[in-house]
Amino acid sequence: MSDQATPATGASLIRTEGLTKRFGTVTAVDGLGVDVAPGVVGLVGANGAGKSTLLKMFLGLLTPTSGRASVLGLDVATEGERIRERVGYMPEHDCLPPDMSATEFVVQMARLSGLPRTSARERTADTLRHVGLYEERYRPMGGYSTGMRQRVKLAQALAHDPQLVLLDEPTNGLDPAGRDEMLGLIRRIGTEFGISVLVTSHLLGELERVCDSVVVIDGGRLLRSSSTADMTAVSSVVVVEVDAGEEDLAARLRRDGLGVERVGRLLEIGLRDDGIYDLVRDGAADLGIGLVRMERRRHRMAELFAARHDEGGDVRVG
Amino acid sequence: MSVEGAGPAAGDREHGVIHDIGYRHYDGPRLGRSYIQRSLFTESLKGSYGFGRAARTKVMPMLLLAAMCVPTLIIVVVASVTGGDELPVGYTAYLIQLQVVIAVYVAAQAPASVSRDLRFGIVPLYFSRPMRRVDYVRAKYAASATAVFVLLAAPLTILFLGALLTEMPLGEHLPDYLRSLAFAALLAVVLAGMGLVIAAFTPRRGLGIAAIVSVLLVLAGVQTAAQNIAVVEGADTAADYLGLISPFSLVDGVAHDVFGTDTVLWGEPPGAVGTAVFVAVTVLLVAGCYGLLLRRYRKVTGT
Repeated sequence: MSDQATPATGASLIRTEGLTKRFGTVTAVDGLGVDVAPGVVGLVGANGAGKSTLLKMFLGLLTPTSGRASVLGLDVATEGERIRERVGYMPEHDCLPPDMSATEFVVQMARLSGLPRTSARERTADTLRHVGLYEERYRPMGGYSTGMRQRVKLAQALAHDPQLVLLDEPTNGLDPAGRDEMLGLIRRIGTEFGISVLVTSHLLGELERVCDSVVVIDGGRLLRSSSTADMTAVSSVVVVEVDAGEEDLAARLRRDGLGVERVGRLLEIGLRDDGIYDLVRDGAADLGIGLVRMERRRHRMAELFAARHDEGGDVRVG
Repeated sequence: MSVEGAGPAAGDREHGVIHDIGYRHYDGPRLGRSYIQRSLFTESLKGSYGFGRAARTKVMPMLLLAAMCVPTLIIVVVASVTGGDELPVGYTAYLIQLQVVIAVYVAAQAPASVSRDLRFGIVPLYFSRPMRRVDYVRAKYAASATAVFVLLAAPLTILFLGALLTEMPLGEHLPDYLRSLAFAALLAVVLAGMGLVIAAFTPRRGLGIAAIVSVLLVLAGVQTAAQNIAVVEGADTAADYLGLISPFSLVDGVAHDVFGTDTVLWGEPPGAVGTAVFVAVTVLLVAGCYGLLLRRYRKVTGT
């Protein structure tokens, strides 16, 4: 945790300092310090890493054991109600009464956020359309598929036009197509709707696609927090795939003075300068080997977990 | 946004148009906690009679409301044929005679109001809004008591209107009617409190229904039996105090002493001490139910 984040107070979406939550002897969140800028923010961690606890503290529903946190510039310990007026929350667990229609339910939730009746109805119609729920919104939710239920849960979080939505595992239980649609929606909320998003997941890959920045926690501690672009930046390794004779090509390139490693059927070559592309091409041509693929490798966020405790203090995001 | 008749691409276009409307921000008023509490109250009250819910949830409350009201129509018709200044049955006496129906309604409605929210995880979602736990408990309690009051006041009102239509004296019936409404209001508050507490601690709806019916009917049964034994044994004062056992006889006693209704169940609170005891027990019962509900929701933050 560091203090280097102090200057950007006004622009912070979420800011925590030494945030800690203990339940008896269990420490769910441990001295967390982050400073997150508005946008689509991913909160990644394995199950039990403290993600849901963190969201509940951000909503002001759980009091931190120690440390501080502010959301939209409001203190979670003292201004919980004002936070909850401006924030939408999509819980991980099921929260839909089966005997109500989506329309009735979202209208009710909008009114419980303080919207007058007519506004609540208008916003409900808008929001349900945005999440892609049409005719079925008049039917009792007991008969909805998982995909439809997730959409209603998202709609109720957006119904009162919040400045920030907290989405707890929104892709849980969805099939690949539903997952893609949900991720697309989350991206749209952040870009088209102009609403900041904090989305949790235990899957790095999906957050990589939609988030501007990512906070990774493990065992309630901060592993890393930085922009997605940094995390997935191109590395200095060129990957080469050939149809056959990779050993011959490797030997040839080593003679050319390149650092080459064989990883399965791929050759990984340390990037010295752009000249290596020519060397690989010429080498393959001389040996009569078919060149299938040649590309700069990108860092995967998954590598973060492999690298876990090597770097911890890099705090400022986006 | 209509694109009807827009040619072969109408299907695609329609889809596109829906997205093109874009997101509209809301800049209207955001009302405070008292509005939010009122909204939850109205929603719960409507829900108690199945409005705004699936069609089948209306069946039970409507049947019970009919069960409360249909006999009063018959009573009114009989009264109009036989004439006279009195209805064949008194206002509060009518309610006591139908205590089984009332108990069943409370048992069906309280779990539908609170167990449902707990069971389906809606409570944590409510608390993610600018609403406090005390707001939730108050709105639910008020809605539940109002729902029971509607069930009790409807037949009383039919009886009263019937009495007026058959030209019975207004001067006698209006005070009786108003007193019986006070009785109904008190009974509603007591029964709703007991029902909600039991329901809030039994998230399984079926169990809640069974628990509430048994508690209310067993207490009424025990009260009647014990009182009869006491009377036979000649222990009159004891018999009177046995009215404390059942919420129906408890409210009957308080209403007799405070509002001046006729007692229907045997006996009445003995003397000023009796009155004080009955009133105190009622107040403690209601306050206890409210306190227990607050305690129940103090820890709920989500699962």
